Amino acid sequence: MSFDARVDDASVVTDRPKSLVTTTTPLVLVRGVSKYYVRGDQIIPVLVDIDLDVASGDFVALMGPSGSGKSTLLNLIAGIDKPSSGEIRVSGIDIAQLSDAELALWRATNVGFIFQFYNLMPVLTAFGNVELPLQLTSLTRSERRERVATALELVGLTDRATHLPNELSGGQQQRVAIARALITDPTIIVADEPTGDLDRTTAEEILALLERLHVELGKTIIMVTHDPKAAEKAQRLVHLEKGVLVH
Amino acid sequence: MFVPLLVLRNAFRHRLRTTLTVIGIIVAIAAFGLLRTIVDAWYAGANASSSARLVTRSSVSLVFSLPLTYAQKIRQVPGVTSVAWANWFGGVYVSERNFFAQFAMSGASYLDMYPEFLLSDAERKAFLADRVGAIAGRKLAEKYGWKVGDQIPIRGTIYPGTWTFTLRGIYDGAEAGTDTSTFFFHYDYLNETIKRLFPRRADLAGVFIERLRDPEEAAAVSQAIDTTFRNSLAETLTETEKAFQLGFVAMSEAILLAIQAVSYVVIVIIMAVMANTMAMTARERYSEYATFKALGFSNGFVAMLIFAESLGIAMLGGLLGVAFTFPMADAFAKSVGSILPAFNVSETTIAMQIGAAVVVGIIAAAIPAWNAARIRIVDGLRAIG
Repeated sequence: MSFDARVDDASVVTDRPKSLVTTTTPLVLVRGVSKYYVRGDQIIPVLVDIDLDVASGDFVALMGPSGSGKSTLLNLIAGIDKPSSGEIRVSGIDIAQLSDAELALWRATNVGFIFQFYNLMPVLTAFGNVELPLQLTSLTRSERRERVATALELVGLTDRATHLPNELSGGQQQRVAIARALITDPTIIVADEPTGDLDRTTAEEILALLERLHVELGKTIIMVTHDPKAAEKAQRLVHLEKGVLVH
Repeated sequence: MFVPLLVLRNAFRHRLRTTLTVIGIIVAIAAFGLLRTIVDAWYAGANASSSARLVTRSSVSLVFSLPLTYAQKIRQVPGVTSVAWANWFGGVYVSERNFFAQFAMSGASYLDMYPEFLLSDAERKAFLADRVGAIAGRKLAEKYGWKVGDQIPIRGTIYPGTWTFTLRGIYDGAEAGTDTSTFFFHYDYLNETIKRLFPRRADLAGVFIERLRDPEEAAAVSQAIDTTFRNSLAETLTETEKAFQLGFVAMSEAILLAIQAVSYVVIVIIMAVMANTMAMTARERYSEYATFKALGFSNGFVAMLIFAESLGIAMLGGLLGVAFTFPMADAFAKSVGSILPAFNVSETTIAMQIGAAVVVGIIAAAIPAWNAARIRIVDGLRAIG
């Protein structure tokens, strides 16, 4: 289903799964994934033998204390880090086996990123930032403009299209980041503490927007958060402690 | 347009830093160009010399003159088609500060020997017909505001007295490197006057200049001329005009080497400054580069952004530096007067300046680009700009 079609289709709602591993083929399949760092002669485990399934259209919140490995797990699923062992499949592709170049291409079409500090390009306008991922596609300029206009409209920032990030509030910047994450119609959207840098009211707006993406557009969202209120918006909660899934 | 726009905007994010870097490059590239031009000017005489001409002087030193009668004997040496001669005059025009070369030369034979001195037929005729006539190069005439017909008094230092010449012509150079800051007058006028005042110093020439039938015969003809005067009271040393000119350059070779070294040191210094700028720039943007990579842009794209920005800044400074070289060279040429007669910024110098700017841009970006391309996305995202 295309991004534009999904914009019009608000009927995709998925059921809440009962366990971390499903019997049907999940969109994201994590099996026996471990991640450790070597510091001198010390091996520091960050994730230990993780099994996790995320179904298409799911909205999963990864929670846990600092250092529990939730961001590391998110990074592995998003393909910006590689596991020390184990298997991560997204839409059937074992991304742990992809080369760096293949992984970059894969991310460009399959992952939308939302970061805690927005990570917008300060020299590009809101429009330019949202358009950024489309520079890697074969879309024409007019096609890109059309898609960006739709995405900005979706996040309510049509009138801020020509503004630079430093001319926008934190909430507006995060909305731009959400539009950018959405623009390529990715398979999954990963959000790392998307409300971590925002006040409560703005955070609520951002969470409402994410919920809308999930409910109305059927986007698969995996979100890392410390915030229980943010986690409430998710369809499913996954807790990590000391690199291990606890429930 | 996306990439050029991104590079341009990135380049001027820190306007003060970029402006100062560009100014540094302008100064370095212009200084490099000026120093190269000084070195070129030193070699200009040798470069402009003809391979079809030989110069014969005293084998002891240029200070000692040769008998004028040698001209006839040299003319008889096989391979020599014509002979001219000249004497260094070494006079002072108004004050010692106004230095320029003055030669008493053998009239028509000398002018025929140097076709690169372009003189109109009328001026040539007027000069040859006037015993006290003189000709000056265009640059020299313009410097002192001389016009044809002016009386030019020169106080002799080697040949005492005040010598007054009538300017009969102003010559131009056939090439950009041709010296047009020399003053010539008739050897006969000098010789006849000296014959009356100091008979023992008459009928002597400082150098003889020979035109060769075939430049390939230069070595053989040189040897033949020197053999002719071997065991005489005034033995000769004959060499190609280029070797003769390079003999003067060799006297100041250490200075030239120092100037060349400084010109390269200037480039190395600005390279270090530029590398520091690019390193700071890249370090501040690790988070952005990581974001680009996370979004699917390649390591090569990130490296290309840094190279393009560095090259853009270096080329901007480089081109402005080249542009500033010309007025700097003009001002320098005016300040040194006739000491460096052919002072022109050559195409080779411009190419070297642009090349230096490109090298500075590439080398300054190399390590930051390498680091940015290799940085792990997760580490880059944690970086604080």
